[in-house]
Amino acid sequence: MVKLLLPGLLISSLALTAAYAAGEPNADAYRQMTYGDRDANPALLVVDRGEELFKEKRGPKSVSMEECDFGLGKGVVKGVYAELPRYFKDTDQVQDLESRMITCMTTVQGFDAADLKKKTYANEKANEDNTELEAIAVYIASQSDGMKINPSTSHPKEQEAIKVGEALFYHRAGPLDFACVSCHGADKQRIRLQNLGNFSKAGPDAQKAIGGWPTYRVSHNAVRTMQHRIWDCEGQMRLPDTEYGAPLSVALIAYLAAQAKDGTYVLPGMSR
Amino acid sequence: MASVKLKAKAIDGGLIEVKALMTHPMETGLRKDSATGEVVPAHYITEVVVTANDKEVLKTNWGGSVSKNPYLSFHYKGAVGDKVKLTWKDNKEGTDSAEIAVE
Repeated sequence: MVKLLLPGLLISSLALTAAYAAGEPNADAYRQMTYGDRDANPALLVVDRGEELFKEKRGPKSVSMEECDFGLGKGVVKGVYAELPRYFKDTDQVQDLESRMITCMTTVQGFDAADLKKKTYANEKANEDNTELEAIAVYIASQSDGMKINPSTSHPKEQEAIKVGEALFYHRAGPLDFACVSCHGADKQRIRLQNLGNFSKAGPDAQKAIGGWPTYRVSHNAVRTMQHRIWDCEGQMRLPDTEYGAPLSVALIAYLAAQAKDGTYVLPGMSR
Repeated sequence: MASVKLKAKAIDGGLIEVKALMTHPMETGLRKDSATGEVVPAHYITEVVVTANDKEVLKTNWGGSVSKNPYLSFHYKGAVGDKVKLTWKDNKEGTDSAEIAVE
């Protein structure tokens, strides 16, 4: 390994390698070194908290979320995340985990949707702990750990959502004319030392990215979910705030999950 | 909800591997609240003590530079069935502990 000595600074060739992307030996080795020990993941604490919140009788109707159907029948959490997003007959729409949680928490537990959406994400700049929504989401998702990424794609509305998601992926908008494809449209891209997966095609980049969310983002000291990821990306693109669980976000997630099909969920993830 | 998640298992060489996750804000005391402009007071774990069968096997002094929800992992010479207990104390007289039998 070549080392360059700059005034006071030792830079390894790892940092100077041009391509630092998924599948590259250096990126994988780094990931294994820092996030490889799955017992070291603080997200496990949030999963425990989410489990308590999920099973507790809550809301005006004082009912537990075990009364809800996330796609595999009432009360079933094992494997539900692996098949989301999917079409739900009772709401007649395609839903991801988090929009389905809102459906459950409003119709079954009696919470008010607007109230729930007032505070959806922990503010990491204020050192806040994860919100209840984040905790519940990472608990449910983690019950699909080790399973194949297998979103439902047979229903016409599911296929429509994927097509809409794809169109959104390529749609340039906002003051900087950004689309998702601006950053995620080619192989071996990176911004500084963060690799940017190519999500314009089905394959390992999509599988690794989707397979690792929800994740504990060490730079946030918090668990982050797919809703947060979409909201954050849109923010980086200088687009307006995406409402929690908005159909736009569900369509994008449906598209990304379809690109990630047959990958494996490693949950909760841990990342930068 | 307990603030400590503890794991202990026997590994090669007669060693026990202990892993612990602790829930704690670990405020450094250097951060300012963006709304009020006031400094957020320091609130961090100052000491972690681990005993095996009531005998101290690790004692560590921490400060504000240890990150939020800290993770601790170490080895000691022991046996399956050992009663491992971890206790943390912070600078505001907070404390919590957890116990587990070595697998």
